[in-house]
Amino acid sequence: MMEPSAYLLLSGILFGIGVAGVVARKNALIVIMSVEIMLNGVNVAFIAVGSHLGDPTGSVFAFMVMTVAAAEAAVGLAILIAIFRLKETVDITELSVLKW
Amino acid sequence: MEPILFMLFGAIAVGGAIMVVTRKHPMASALYLILTLFSVAALFVLRQAHFLAAIQVIVYAGAIVVLFIFVIMLINVPENRLPVERATVMRLLGVIAAGLLILETALLARRFAMPAAPAADSGSVQAVGRALFTDYLLAFEITSVLLLAAVIGAITLAKKKI
Repeated sequence: MMEPSAYLLLSGILFGIGVAGVVARKNALIVIMSVEIMLNGVNVAFIAVGSHLGDPTGSVFAFMVMTVAAAEAAVGLAILIAIFRLKETVDITELSVLKW
Repeated sequence: MEPILFMLFGAIAVGGAIMVVTRKHPMASALYLILTLFSVAALFVLRQAHFLAAIQVIVYAGAIVVLFIFVIMLINVPENRLPVERATVMRLLGVIAAGLLILETALLARRFAMPAAPAADSGSVQAVGRALFTDYLLAFEITSVLLLAAVIGAITLAKKKI
C-alpha cells in the first residue's frame, strides 16, 4: 500500500480549494458547497492515516465528520431558504444585518 | 496499481473541486460536486475503507447533493439576478489563502513519518461497526442527538410562520 503522504497532500489541496471558494464567492449556495469540499478533504486525511495505522478509528472519525456535514447542510440550506423568502437574494454581501 | 488509480481519481477530485468553485451557476457546481464526491469515494476504496466509501456515495452523493439540487430549484434565482462576483482583489486573496494552505500541507506531508502497522482490516463494516459500538458508543449516541437537533432546526426554519 502507498505511503499516506500523497493522500495528505491531496487532502490539503481539496481543503485549500474549499477555502478559496468560501473566501472568493458571493453565492451562498456555492459557499456551502465549498464547505462540503473542505470537510471531504479532511475525510481523505482521516481515512489515509487510519488505514496506514490499521486502526478503524480513522473511519469512525470520518463517519462523525460526515454526520456533522449532513446536519450542517440541512440547517444551512433551511436558513438560506428562510433568508431568500425574506430578502429575495442569495448574495452573502447583502446579508449584513448583524454587521456593525 | 494503487499509484495509477490514485493519480487518476485524485486528478478528477481536484478538477471537480476547482470547477465547483469557479462555475457561475450553482446547478453546474452541484453536478461537479457529485463528480468530486464520487472520486473521493473511489479513493476510500483504494484505502480499503469500503464502509466509508458506501456511506460517501449514499449519504453525500445520494442525499446531500440532492438536497442542494432541491434548494437550487426551489429558490430558482433567474440567470440575470445571480450575485455579481467579487472584485479581482478578493479572488486573488482567496487563491493566495488556498496556495498558502496547500504549501503548508505539502511541507508537512513530506515529513510524515509513522511506522506502518501490519496490514489489518481497518475499514470493513465489521471493524468500523465494532469500534463504533464499543469504544465510541457515547460519541455515536451524541451524534444521533445532533441529527435530531438538525432535523428540528431545519423544520422550524423552513416553516412559513415561526
